[in-house]
Amino acid sequence: MSITENEARKVAHLARIRVEDEALPALAQELSSILQFMEQLNEVDVEGVEPMTGVTPMRLKRRDDVVTTGEMADKVLSNAPDAREGFFAVPKVVE
Amino acid sequence: MSDLNKLGIEGARDALKQGGVTSVELTDACLQAIEDAGALNAFVHGTPDMARDMAKAADQRIKSGDATAMTGIPLGIKDLFCVRGVPTQAASGILRGFRPEYESTVTHNLWDAGAVMLGKLNMDEFAMGSSNESSTYGPAVNPWQGRDGAKLTAGGSSGGSASAVAADLCLAATGTDTGGSIRQPAALTGIVGLKPTYGRVSRWGVIAYASSLDQAGPMTKSVRDAAIMLGAMASVDEKDSTSANIPVPDFEAAITGDIRGQKIGIPREYRMEGMPADIDALWRQGAEMLRDAGAEIVDISLPHTKYALPAYYVIAPAEASSNLARYDGVRYGHRAKLGQGDGIVDMYEKTRAEGFGPEVQRRVMIGTYVLSAGFYDAYYNRARKVRALIKRDFDQAFADGVDAILAPATPSAAFPLGSAKDGDPVAMYLNDVFTVTLNLAGLPGIAVPVGQDADGLPLGLQMIGRPFEEGALLNQASVLERAAGFVAKPDRWW
Repeated sequence: MSITENEARKVAHLARIRVEDEALPALAQELSSILQFMEQLNEVDVEGVEPMTGVTPMRLKRRDDVVTTGEMADKVLSNAPDAREGFFAVPKVVE
Repeated sequence: MSDLNKLGIEGARDALKQGGVTSVELTDACLQAIEDAGALNAFVHGTPDMARDMAKAADQRIKSGDATAMTGIPLGIKDLFCVRGVPTQAASGILRGFRPEYESTVTHNLWDAGAVMLGKLNMDEFAMGSSNESSTYGPAVNPWQGRDGAKLTAGGSSGGSASAVAADLCLAATGTDTGGSIRQPAALTGIVGLKPTYGRVSRWGVIAYASSLDQAGPMTKSVRDAAIMLGAMASVDEKDSTSANIPVPDFEAAITGDIRGQKIGIPREYRMEGMPADIDALWRQGAEMLRDAGAEIVDISLPHTKYALPAYYVIAPAEASSNLARYDGVRYGHRAKLGQGDGIVDMYEKTRAEGFGPEVQRRVMIGTYVLSAGFYDAYYNRARKVRALIKRDFDQAFADGVDAILAPATPSAAFPLGSAKDGDPVAMYLNDVFTVTLNLAGLPGIAVPVGQDADGLPLGLQMIGRPFEEGALLNQASVLERAAGFVAKPDRWW
């Protein structure tokens, strides 16, 4: 299966990665060659096989739904590129 | 004693116990070796002050009689592990300046045992790569040189760990393995690398690549060292919901050197077309060594082997695209400079385009594609079904009575840096052909240095064990190690 420039633009946007228009043809070609490599999977008979999620056959662990930690806003914010008054600061979200 | 940095964990432990050497002396020897080895680009963030403080504390602890096997042992830590207050950026530009406020469970366990932190080690960006060339720090270099002094890859993604251990900059190092990232670099540098069973070692605080495949493990100078270090790294951890509730045994005690009567499987599907004669010969020699030690060598079949790579390159990018969604320029790391009128989506897109390197961008986009509406079943679900079949192949082999499997670790010896630069990404993916199968099945595997190629470069073999039987695997590997008697070291040029 090959990916068109338009599809490459769409997937880049879904991934939230800016790709300039002039880079789209090369990207489309690269993604196509990787997908082509994956096409081999179509040779396998997977009739009746359950898709595997994890390697250990165990029920996901549960814990009580209670607060176990917190009260460390300064630590949470210490690596933020822009933090003000105890919040993460971002550009305008709502028009 | 001179050249203390050349010791392994076992040797250093015994010397520390006898009092002939101190952790401060060991640590200083390593710090000097690191300072002299800038050309290897293995250590990317040094922590000498922390190292000396930890070494002093370790010497106190040894004096007080409260030491563990890892007390006072200077280690290098892959840049993927969060260490409190120490730069941790998964070799990515997007995490430049990030200093975690918390400690990964693995490093917490190691410091608890008294190990000493020398610094952070180079790797492929977000552990995506097989040559360490996707690192924002530039590639780690293999201490083994090619013909005419060619600079070779130390492998990837744990290339800095492999280079540092092979060049004696530390006694051992941590690595992580998602598709071969411990075993491939270990094999290319002539050291031992162990990927434990999925769930044996906590993933908490280890920056995620593909969560259903990632597993941390030791990279060491001997099989026994790997056993000692795994014992300190592993734990049952409430903070990792996939940490297996299975007690950590004494792995070192399992090394008896006796494998008489055990069945070692040779998977016929691993005999690939175009495999170099050196690798093929090494594999045969390895089987002979195990036979001479009293094991029975049996031919086995793992029929879905061929499909492991394409399945891996669907599943791993799918998980990566989800895991790496968190790097958005809001909570940590890099944020792009925004133009007038740029909104939040511009911020995300510019930040990620600037912060992620080409291979990471590629995998995030492939992952996004295979998870997108209309393609989820055709790619992602199909790959997960093939994964189930790959695991079933191994289950069948073990059910038939095989104790371990012997296979090559890599399709070639270390290759020159830059040789794959302009090639297609798929060619680089082929490096993982012998290693990804285990990650898909969750099994433990170990790379052991066994021989050298015509150019004198190290070659390794891989042994694959039953789930949660790392002790038995280490014992089998120790027999291979002893029979191979690999003692070669790289000539120092750096």
